[in-house]
Amino acid sequence: MSLAGLLRRLGAQVTGRIWRLGFASRFLLMTLLYSGMALRRLQLTLREIYFTGVLSLIIILVSGLFVGMVLGLQGYDTLQRYGSSEALGVLVALSLVRELGPVVAALLFASRAGSAITAEIGLMKATEQLSAMEMMAVNPIARVVAPRFWAGVVSMPLLAALFSALGVIGGYLVGVRLIGVDEGAFWSQMQAAVDFRQDIMNGVIKSAVFGAIVSWIAVFEGYDAEPTAEGVSRATTRTVVTSSLAILAADFVLTAFMFRGI
Amino acid sequence: MNRAAIDLWVGIFVAIGLAALLFLALKVGNLSASDVGETYVLEARFDNIGGLKVRAPVKSAGVVVGRVGEIRFDAENYVALVSLRIDRRYRFPRDTFATINTSGLLGEQYVGLDVGGETEMLKDGETLKKTQSAMVLEKLIGQFMFNKAAEEDVKK
Repeated sequence: MSLAGLLRRLGAQVTGRIWRLGFASRFLLMTLLYSGMALRRLQLTLREIYFTGVLSLIIILVSGLFVGMVLGLQGYDTLQRYGSSEALGVLVALSLVRELGPVVAALLFASRAGSAITAEIGLMKATEQLSAMEMMAVNPIARVVAPRFWAGVVSMPLLAALFSALGVIGGYLVGVRLIGVDEGAFWSQMQAAVDFRQDIMNGVIKSAVFGAIVSWIAVFEGYDAEPTAEGVSRATTRTVVTSSLAILAADFVLTAFMFRGI
Repeated sequence: MNRAAIDLWVGIFVAIGLAALLFLALKVGNLSASDVGETYVLEARFDNIGGLKVRAPVKSAGVVVGRVGEIRFDAENYVALVSLRIDRRYRFPRDTFATINTSGLLGEQYVGLDVGGETEMLKDGETLKKTQSAMVLEKLIGQFMFNKAAEEDVKK
């Protein structure tokens, strides 16, 4: 292949990416513009909260508990070398509330709920249900996309809070019940170190942003999927990969802004 | 899945989600601590505040009675101007002594208030007259080494 051909392929790739990003942004704007119906007909959004939030509960709760228990074990192992095993509560709570809760819950949410949203919308497109809706003068963005988007934005902070809470309980079970760190020091040092606004609210803001990112990518990939079986499967994979990367990148940016002064 | 069941499950989900947030706020965080109470302001000037930070605790007899509100530099006298937000429930005499202490060897720094014997109490916005600066570890080590060297010289 000639040099010009290679360059042309590269150019096509880049323009394609930028065009898609622009389309995704316009799509997000449309979703926000047509959100009126998702709020007016709350039942639609509640249904989606059931599918994305409630059905993700088990995986979130169990993973939160285990992550907290592992933090308890690993944290104790390191802290007791420096004779400060009482700081275990601080370590477990801060790492969960600030980072692990929002990030891991969002990653699980992307693979559990995001992929399902993409597959559902992609299949609706492949079976021409979306076109049928348009034919009946029902706007598919208002009827299908917006409720799913808002359901993700609402569910994510709740799931992250549950993840962190279960993680702290897991750390407590291993650290205090199993290993025998002093219970009073565990809780009081934790309470002295964790600040409500600085740590907990920032975690909640983070998880809401992650919820918006995951839902946006999921509904967009579904809406943009090639209307074939293969296309839907590719779109589902792209949702998980893209949203995981986006979560981690956004986490860095948000952390840099939130905890800069410390 | 009918509508009532979905409503019920979403209700349960939101309720336990909020309960988890409440657990984090009250049991893990320190929202229940005395931060929210009404406060009044006392000013104190220190020659050196070391590593004192805004929102560091103000303690008297080891009990937290307030927080550091603002730290400024007084360009006329070249000292640090620290405003302390003290809980309205607690009053301190005029000759209260403010020191900057460190909890533990390398812990966080806080302002300690040692109470004097006067009967007249400090009012909102007044300045603590007597203060003691933070101990700077490097200076201490420097002094120690200097003294050691001086002793050695004497022995010779």
